[in-house]
Amino acid sequence: MDADPTVVALGEDLGRGGVFGQYRDAEGVPLVKRFGPDRIIDTPISESTIVGAAVGMALAGIKPVVELRVVDFALCAIDEVVNQAAKNRYMFGGQGRVPTVMRMPIGIWSASAAQHSQSLEAWFAHIPGLVVVTPGTPADNHGLLLSAIASGDPVVYMEHKELWPTTGPVTLGEAVPLGKARVARAGSDVTIVSWSRQVQACLDAAEQLAAQGVQAEVIDLRTLWPWDKEAVLNSAAKTGRLLVVHEAIQVAGFGGEIAATVAEHTHAKVARLGAPRIPVGYAPVLEEEARVGPAKVLAAALKLLQR
Amino acid sequence: MPDLLSLYRTMVRIRAFEDAAEISSQGGVAAWGKQASDKPALVRGPLHLSTGQEAVAAGVCAHLKPADLLTSTHRGHGHTLAKGADATKMMCELFGRATGYNGGKGGSMHIADFSVGMLGANGVVAAGLPIAVGAAQGLKIRGQDAIAVCFFGDGAINRGPFMEALNWAVVYHLPVLFVCEDNRISATTESAAMTAGPGASARASSMGIAAVQVDGTDAQAVSEAAAELIREIRAGSGPRLLHALTDRHKGHVSVDPGLYRDPAAVAAALARDGIARARARLVEQGLGAQADQVDQAAKAEIDAAVATATAAPPPDKAAAYTDIQNTGAGVWA
Ligand SMILES: Cc1ncc(C[n+]2csc(CCOP(=O)(O)OP(=O)(O)O)c2C)c(N)n1
Repeated sequence: MDADPTVVALGEDLGRGGVFGQYRDAEGVPLVKRFGPDRIIDTPISESTIVGAAVGMALAGIKPVVELRVVDFALCAIDEVVNQAAKNRYMFGGQGRVPTVMRMPIGIWSASAAQHSQSLEAWFAHIPGLVVVTPGTPADNHGLLLSAIASGDPVVYMEHKELWPTTGPVTLGEAVPLGKARVARAGSDVTIVSWSRQVQACLDAAEQLAAQGVQAEVIDLRTLWPWDKEAVLNSAAKTGRLLVVHEAIQVAGFGGEIAATVAEHTHAKVARLGAPRIPVGYAPVLEEEARVGPAKVLAAALKLLQR
Repeated sequence: MPDLLSLYRTMVRIRAFEDAAEISSQGGVAAWGKQASDKPALVRGPLHLSTGQEAVAAGVCAHLKPADLLTSTHRGHGHTLAKGADATKMMCELFGRATGYNGGKGGSMHIADFSVGMLGANGVVAAGLPIAVGAAQGLKIRGQDAIAVCFFGDGAINRGPFMEALNWAVVYHLPVLFVCEDNRISATTESAAMTAGPGASARASSMGIAAVQVDGTDAQAVSEAAAELIREIRAGSGPRLLHALTDRHKGHVSVDPGLYRDPAAVAAALARDGIARARARLVEQGLGAQADQVDQAAKAEIDAAVATATAAPPPDKAAAYTDIQNTGAGVWA
């Protein structure tokens, strides 16, 4: 926002700094103090118009960053996301550009139950016109956000709620390109592909595999669209085994896309791991059922290694 | 204030465009009880005609500058022409040609000319309202001396985005004119049965938005009301709403003969046709010859547009893969 006066942010509760504190500076001061209410815009609870207005702002020369709090509420603006923002450039033959970043946090948010815990990234990856970003580290969050704002087209930006408190080194101003995966751990026996919060679960599982003499290569996709096919295909061809892990529901998820692509292009054995097709429950036991933790990753990897 | 002859010219151009588009859409598939014919339709898909509603587009857009921004509905040809778009490029778009405004990617329902501030017709009822308030907010943030205008139908006021957009415009004190084209019907349903209360202007008033009702078949009346509202908006009043009572002469889409409508109501609508009434007034004022010239010029213009569109090339197949998004470049390109 310092570098580009046309960048604004809008959404509910931004004046207070955002419900996750994501619109505060390093000292915890709400950004509205620095940029004023014309650039950090507090909005009514009007999701359709938050996104619709962002489309209009973008068409009038602004680069809005839209806050939707959780992806679940973005569904109240699904027309504006899918039919308006994503289609504008194509439908109008390139006359319009909608440089908008729509932040829609994903994932289980402890005891928040079925309407605040969904991981709907596959829905948006399905839509031409949308870039889908799923950072897993503070540095990637900073760098991918810079690329998303610079990209000039609608970006669905999905942070995992459980990653908000994560700390880590960040180089200010260092952009991370969209569509380039990160090898989070090198290995030769099995490839585990994941993104966002689940990368950590995969790294934990990889530690346990290492204790059993199995070297897993963990790939953090960083962005689901575009996704780094080359990195995944190369690794799967090298290890001969691919496991895709996501917190989203397994069936009809983005893991299926990756597994199918790897099966089409390599001889690797493929497997998917995601949540069962159930809403996220409130009670801890129900919530845990939907969670894809290190133990489930470990079990799925061992099963794949036996095939 | 624009004179009657120039309002008449805009209306006649829109009518000629709609008539030509309608003829070009006949043929092809079976729909709405009509048989399929061998003749391929040159304009394909749903074609929503604004025939009968020309006075609203003409009267409002006469007061807009190129820098002013406009969003529209599924019935957007008239608004686009009145905002200054080129009829030939529009017809090419309806014909799905590479030379159309959207390179053939949008067609009638997405007709647009961003170069004159016309940000697009929309296939989703009420979707233009939030986009218009955002456009107005963008203009305000950038300190630009321009306003946004939003056309929508009487059916649109029953969707959430209508309420959201009006509220939003008040909250941020935005330079936006909402224009309800109230033709009292939504697709095939009489709106009155579906709408609580007296409609758009009453709902606007309840949110503190000054609203004016006007005879939307009378271009001069629309023009006068719009002029005052737009003057107030440019002076910093915040949002205003114009509630224009108008008539849809045709069915919902071009292939719809509208048989469900009350014949007496349709006859009454045709009898108060704004173009015929404007023409009679011009003749009264001794401007009959000028009106004839306007008619001929419009017909020649639109005939030429159809000829150009018929001969124009279709888009390249490769265009299907362009203008979708940046996938990975990370920079505006
Ligand atoms: C959200 C949405 N719901 C339904 C439709 C189908 N539809 C297209 S036009 C229309 C009627 C709209 O009526 P109105 O707003 O009064 O405009 P008019 O057609 O009378 O100009 C409907 C229901 C749609 N396009 N979008």
